[in-house]
This record gives sequence, C-alpha cells and structure tokens, in this order.
Amino acid sequence: MAHNRDRLNDFTIRIGTVNGTGSASANSLLLQALFRMGLPVSGKNVFPSNIQGLPTWYEIRVNRDGYAARSPTFQLMVAMNPQSYARDLSEVASGGWVLYDSTKELDDKLLRDDVTFLGIPLAHMCAERFERARERTLMKNIGYVGALVALLDIEMDVVQEMLEEKFADKRGLIESNFTAIRMGYDWAKEQWKCPLPIRAKRMDATKDSVLVTGNAATALGCVYAGATVGAWYPITPATSVMDAFKEWCHRFRVDPETGKNRYCILQAEDELAAAGMVIGAGWAGARAFTPTSGPGISLMSEFIGLAYYAEIPSVFIDVERTGPSTGMPTRTQQGDLMLVAYASHGDTKHIALFPADPRECFEFAVAAFDLAERFQTPVFLVSDLDIGMNDWRVPRLEWDESYRPDRGKVLSAEEIEKVKDFYRYLDVDGDAIPYRTLPGVHPKGAYFTRGSGHDKYGKYTEDSDAYVEVVDRIAQKVQSAAEHVPQPEIHTVEGGARYGIVSLGGAHWAVMEARDTLAAEGVPVDYLRVRGFPFGVAVKDFLDSHDEIFVVEQNRDGQLRTLLTIETECPKSKLASVRYYGGQPLSKEHVLDGIRPHVASAAVEAATQ
Amino acid sequence: MTYITKPVARHPKMRHNALGLTPRDYEGTMSTLCAGCGHDSVTAALIQALFELDVEPYRVAKLSGIGCSSKTPAYFVKEAHGFNSVHGRMPSIAAGSNAANRDLVYIGISGDGDSLSIGLGQLSHAIRRNINMLYVLENNGVYGLTKGQFSASADVGSVSKRGEINRQGPIDPVSLALALGASFVARSFSGDKKQLVPILKAGIAHTGFAFVDVISPCVTFNDHKGSTKSYAHTRTHAYEVVETDFVPLRREITADYGHGDVRAVTMHDGSVVRLRKVAEDYDAANRGAALEHIADVRKRGEVPTGLLYLEETGQDMHGFENTIEKPLVDLRYEDLCPGREALDELQKEWW
Ligand SMILES: Cc1ncc(C[n+]2csc(CCOP(=O)(O)OP(=O)(O)O)c2C)c(N)n1
Ligand code: SF4
Ligand SMILES: [Mg+2]
Repeated sequence: MAHNRDRLNDFTIRIGTVNGTGSASANSLLLQALFRMGLPVSGKNVFPSNIQGLPTWYEIRVNRDGYAARSPTFQLMVAMNPQSYARDLSEVASGGWVLYDSTKELDDKLLRDDVTFLGIPLAHMCAERFERARERTLMKNIGYVGALVALLDIEMDVVQEMLEEKFADKRGLIESNFTAIRMGYDWAKEQWKCPLPIRAKRMDATKDSVLVTGNAATALGCVYAGATVGAWYPITPATSVMDAFKEWCHRFRVDPETGKNRYCILQAEDELAAAGMVIGAGWAGARAFTPTSGPGISLMSEFIGLAYYAEIPSVFIDVERTGPSTGMPTRTQQGDLMLVAYASHGDTKHIALFPADPRECFEFAVAAFDLAERFQTPVFLVSDLDIGMNDWRVPRLEWDESYRPDRGKVLSAEEIEKVKDFYRYLDVDGDAIPYRTLPGVHPKGAYFTRGSGHDKYGKYTEDSDAYVEVVDRIAQKVQSAAEHVPQPEIHTVEGGARYGIVSLGGAHWAVMEARDTLAAEGVPVDYLRVRGFPFGVAVKDFLDSHDEIFVVEQNRDGQLRTLLTIETECPKSKLASVRYYGGQPLSKEHVLDGIRPHVASAAVEAATQ
Repeated sequence: MTYITKPVARHPKMRHNALGLTPRDYEGTMSTLCAGCGHDSVTAALIQALFELDVEPYRVAKLSGIGCSSKTPAYFVKEAHGFNSVHGRMPSIAAGSNAANRDLVYIGISGDGDSLSIGLGQLSHAIRRNINMLYVLENNGVYGLTKGQFSASADVGSVSKRGEINRQGPIDPVSLALALGASFVARSFSGDKKQLVPILKAGIAHTGFAFVDVISPCVTFNDHKGSTKSYAHTRTHAYEVVETDFVPLRREITADYGHGDVRAVTMHDGSVVRLRKVAEDYDAANRGAALEHIADVRKRGEVPTGLLYLEETGQDMHGFENTIEKPLVDLRYEDLCPGREALDELQKEWW
C-alpha cells in the first residue's frame, strides 16, 4: 500500500461514466486544469462502439517525469456508472481510492478492504439544486470534478478561469457550473481529509506545450500542406480528421470576398469512391487526401494499385483500429502495417510514415504530400486510434514560413512548350522519377493514363520487356524514397548496448518508459523508432550492429518484424518479438513483460558460462 | 491560354471550326475495337460534336472505366489528357478531378457492365452530385471485353450468342437516371449520328451531369437474331419521342420558338437546346410524366430515344459544395496556407 503514499504529480485516475451523458467535457476540463497547472498529463478515452448508454472511461495520467504511455494502475477510480461498478472497483490499485455516487448504497459484495471508498451523493445533490433532467445529468459530472479539485489539490482558480472562458457567451450555464463545482468541492472538504496523498502541485512543464489529438493535428497538417480536396467515408477512428479539416477550412479557407470555399470536401458513397476522388484530384493537380481506417484501406486496395502503377500522387491517412474485419472499432492497434506496405494486387510497395504523437501527425501530414508529389505515388500516413483520438501533451507546433510545397516534377505550360516530345513515363534524369503534366495545361503535355500495361512512352503495351522496364523503374523509384521519408529516431547508450529495441508509432512512449526501467535494473538498451517506410540505411545499420533485437509492436503477428525480415538482410533469429494486441494503448508493463524473460535467461546463461 | 498552331486554311476542302481546327484535330489513336463495333460510331459522333462546338482539345479531360467502351477515350482528341481508370469507378475519378479543376470539359465513357453492375453505386452518386460532365454509357447488353456475358441491361428473353436466354429483368439506364434525379437524361443509338450529335453537344453544354445512354451494338457477341441490342433490332424498335436541335451561342436563332411543340432551353453558356416533341404529350420538363411515358413505350417493346429530360438549374457539385469559381488547382499556395501567426493563435485554444 505504501506505493500509493505521497505520489505527488505521479498518479493515474480512471473515470467510469455512461456514454452520452456529457462526461467528456467534464473530463477534458479536468485534464486541461492539470495541464494548465504545468503538469505533464495525458488523457485516454476507452469508449464503446455506441452512441448512448454503454460504459465509457477516461483515464488521466499525471507524471512528473513526463511519461505519456498508458498506465493501467489506477490509484483513484471515479465510479459513476453502476453498470460497471463491479469491474471498476476491482481494477483500482491496492491502497487506492474509489469516488462513487452514494445516492444509492454500494452493494456489500463490491467492497474491498484494501481501498478507501469516498461516497458523494451526487444524484441527490443535483436533484436538489437543478431543475431540468438534462441539467441534473450534466451537473453530476461537474460535481465529481469539484470533488476531485479538492481531493487532488487542483487549483480552483484555474478551473474557474477555464469555465469562464468556455461559457463566455453563455452566462446562464456558468452559474450552474460554478454551483456544481462548489457542490462537489465543499462536500469533499467537509467529509474527507483533502488532499489525498496522490495530489497535484504546480510545475512548469507545459508552458511550451499544447494539448491536442492526433487527428486534429493531422487535419491541420493537411491545411498547411495546401491540400484542397478531401474525400472520405465516415469511420471511427478517422472521422475526426475530416471534422477537424472542415473546421480549419471554415476558419482559414473561405474566400473573404465571395464567401466561397478554397477547398472541396467530398463525402463519398464508400471508401472506393473516396480513393477514386483522391486519385482523380491528384491526377488533375490538386493535393488530395482521404482519412480512413483499416476496413477502408481494404476497400481502396484496387485503386491504390492504380495510383501506384499510373504514378498518381495521393495521400491515404490510416488511423488504425483493432482488426480484422470490424474488429473492435473503438480500440487501438498497429494492425495495418503489412496492409499499407504492400496494398493492392501485383507487385506494389508504398511509402508509409509512422508518427508517434500529434506533433508528428502535423509534420508528417505535410511531408506526406511532398513525398506523394515528389515520388508520384500513394503515401500512407499511419497513425492509430490512440494517437488520433486521445489527448496528448506535445511541444507547440511550429511553422516555417519559408515552406513551399514540393510539387515534384510537374511541367508548367512554358516548360512543356520547350520540350520536343513529352513522354509520361520516361526516366529523363536517371533518378527513376519521370515528368508529369496536368490536364488542361498544354496540348503537347497530353498523355493517356492507364492502369493497364504501358511502356515508358505511356503507350499501351503487352510487350514483356517494355512492361518490365516500367515496373522495375517504379520499384527503384519507391525504394529511393527510403532516404527521404522521416528518418528513424535513435537512442543509444554510451559505448553501445548489446540489446536493441525497434518499434514504431505510438508504441514509442511505452518503450521509452520501459527502457528507463531496464536501465535502472542494469540492462541498457539501444532503441530505434522507425518513422518511415521503405526502410533506409539507418534502420539496416541498427539491425546489423545489435545481436539481439526486440521488435515491439501492437499486433498479433509481428508485422513490423515481418517487414524488417522481408526488407532487410537481418536474420529472423536476431529479432525477438514483443507484442501486445488487446486493443488498449501500449504500456510499459507490456514491453517489460516481453523483454525481461529474454534478458533474465541471458543473464543466467552468462553466469553459468 | 490558347494553343492554335495550325494554319487556319490548311486544307481548303476540309471543314474548319472557329478555332481553325479540322475534325481530324479531334481524332485520337487508331481504334483497336472490332470492325463495326458501335462504340467506334459513338467516338465519331463525339469527334464531330467537339469539333462543331469549337472545344479546345487540350481543355478536354477524357475519363473511363474498364471495358471495350472504356478504351475509346484513346480514340478521340489526342491532345487531351485521358484516364482509363478501374472497372466501374470512373465517376469517382470524375468527381475528384472536377473538384480539383472545374474548368475542363469532362467526358466520361462507360459501358453497361461498367455502369450498371460493378459501377452502379458510383454512377448513382455521380448523378446525385450532379458532377458537371458528359457521361456516355455505351450500351450493348453484354460484357464485350470479357467475351459476351449478359449485362444488367439485357432484356428479358434476349438470347446470347451461345443460345442462353436472359431471364432477369433489365436495369433501364434512363429510367434509373430519371428516378435518381438526373438533370439531363438522353438515349440514342450509335447508328443514328443525326440524333446523337446534337444530344452530345447539348450534354457538353449542360451544367451538371449529362447522362446519355447510347445503344451501341457489339458486333462480335450481341448482334445476332434474338438479341435486343443488335443493329437490326435497334433500328426497327427505336422510337424517338423528342427531337433535339442544338443551337450554339454564336449562331443566330431563326426558328420560331412560339410553336407549341418546341421547347427552347437556354444553357448556361448561352447556347440553346430546342426540343421538339415527336410523341404526343411528351414533356421533357416533367420528370414523372417522362418516366411514365418511357415505361409505356418500353412495354410496347420499343426503345424510347431522344433527349428525354432536361433541367438546367446550374447547381452542380461545386454549387452544393460552395467552391470558389477559380479552379482549386490554380489557387496560389499563399492563399491556402494560414501561416505561422494563425498557427500560434489557433494553438491558444489547445492550452
Ligand atoms: C475488378 C474487375 N473485375 C472484372 C474485370 C473484368 N472486366 C473487364 S471489362 C468487363 C466488362 C465490361 O463490360 P461493359 O462495361 O459492358 O463494356 P463493353 O466491353 O461491353 O463495352 C469486365 C467484367 C475487371 N477489369 N476488373
Ligand atoms: S467485343 Fe463487342 S464491344 Fe468489344 S470491340 Fe468487339 S464489337 Fe465492340
Ligand atoms: Mg457492354
């Protein structure tokens, strides 16, 4: 129990509520208050595939060292949903606390003697104070926020300031919110010894940070990259990318004179159509993208092959969720790695980027459009539900005003005028990247785009040599992107470690935390985070220079490990697989559980030699 | 910008249009279709329509799916970009490219397999979006390219070359388009250029989705006795319910418009489409009545043709989406990127 004592700025709370009852805004109020107190925080939604009525949870981790991975050890459980009491009360860490609505008494069977129960009759209190049914439901949420402000020692000024900002133009609401906050706060102060040993104290870790979801950042990246056409079909967890794109476009892309849009968002009839729209727009010269998830990529596969073979810039954003099939649509996974790497029939291989947090979502979204146009090919921006829909503290996004889109080899009318003959698929410069023209620019630039066999001049062909020449060049072209995709992030220990970890995407945060733990246990580990595909020299060098490598990822079949064995000469035997694929964001324990047995047996081996 | 490089009077005998171009300038590569294939006649009609409309060849964008019909964009207007995409999905390519550059003349070519089976969903939504384009369905009742299977437009009782009888009812493309709310619905016959050319012209002038179903016989797999999509059957069973005349903007209008049987519709670009009803009581402005009339004609075993419905609202996909007039591809990056200051400002909300 001692480990729960005095956890200043180091604790995780889980809040269990009912989907659709307005708890989301109460929870983000809480998260934001802690953030504004300067504390490193992260917030994770655990939500059902349901609109109203099922249990939903929100987890807030405060960690003074800045660890942002999920931590499934909950010191405090806010149990507001009787439906999930049994589970919630069993999940709180020994020595922890349960804050619950005591309007109805708790079933004796649920009680535990190793946790402290803090009852607050929220429903009853709200019924006394508020008139309307909806208000009573909503204010219960604000009520538990009030209690937590007292219990965790959150600065009331910060909360009040936020409420005032939020309801600046709705004075009526502000009153009821204040009442509810006070209601919870006063009860806590009167009934319990506040604050608890888990508590917050102002720090200075967030002044250059922002709190944002990956999807919002991705969408903003699309705006800044100059994307004008977005096509999509709604799917969790990618929907909020387009919601955000629409919002930013409303704000930044409406022509002030005419009130007309400098963008076009097409809600397609399905993902096949969304892919076709992106490819059509890319062919016509716009920067175009589609946000989707695994099921959508499956549907788009035929079109992706067309874009690959006909060499049409196109950006596919895959916010992964748990597969296969519909799987668990509101849970996270890194299950589409193989899918995006080789999507479509025939020989194909695609550029893919793997951001680890919202800041990289923003930066890589911009990079995705540059790469797509430079290499004239589909580019996949691969994030996941955890990155996309959860709240992350990241360094404030920056923008270099000198940035200009890399349009690649697109010929202007003047340039076309100067060339003697234009051939779409001819490798003029010897870099495997041909020149491209856009429709409607110049008659000499015309060519026929097709997914059927074509020779380097763009003519239809069924000739073996002519066909091979083109597909070989395309292979070379895509491979040459390896040194232009975001390069891996590498962490090494002095002198180099015997063990290495390779991971990617949002698994990064758990790996970083686990790595510190291992180091403290006397097991230094080098670490490489893959950020782009195809793999370049840096990845190969890292694999070469380590004898034992743990490939940490969030899927059942070790897809990253498979990719590494396909794409490099690294022997399979060197790559141990560490996997977690149950649908929650990765936590340090998953990584340690996978690595420790190997390390321990190696230690035994060493000792006996 | 214009790129007229041809001398205005190159060949004295050859006709020239206002751009100084000849019909040859609207041709493409040599067709590889079977000799006598209806699709080649549709191509010829398109060449004539584009020539006579003085369309700048390089301002055309030719799109198609997969099939014999979908190969034809290679056979006209070689100075235009063409895009032979994937089976049944051309409408989405059209939506995307039109979203990006609304100023081109979009011509989509499809087949009955391409449009009515694998691509039925995309066709329906292209109609719903009212994408500004000419959409030609080259309808032969079979899958030509995969060697003669019945398509969804095959009539009940139609006999295949191998002697099989089709038992499932057809999807009638024009009834479908009417029911889905298409703004321009026509049917013609590849063997009737006189009827087809003005319809194609009107379709190109139309703002929105111009749907033209063209019976276009497949000589190799569906031109035999017992087929209801053969030349012979179509010739004897076609029933023109409306006659279409297309009057381009520049030409003086001389005909009398007061006449009760003629309706004149002014297109967005100022040209005029005159519809003269042949069938009594036919009203190409009344969707419900048109549908009913078509059903009656079909019941008699006849094939109703002509510009069957026309509604010039001017509200296309860009109207729905409120897109800026200037093509998105022509916007400067500076007008698209909000810049650093805006980013800093925005991030205050994330604090
Ligand atoms: C996904 C996919 N499935 C099947 C095919 C094979 N295929 C090619 S053309 C075609 C039918 C074309 O029929 P239609 O559209 O009527 O064109 P036609 O050849 O009759 O002009 C089919 C089934 C394909 N190209 N792609
Ligand atoms: S098979 Fe039929 S549709 Fe295809 S080219 Fe020959 S005649 Fe035309
Ligand atoms: Mg056909």
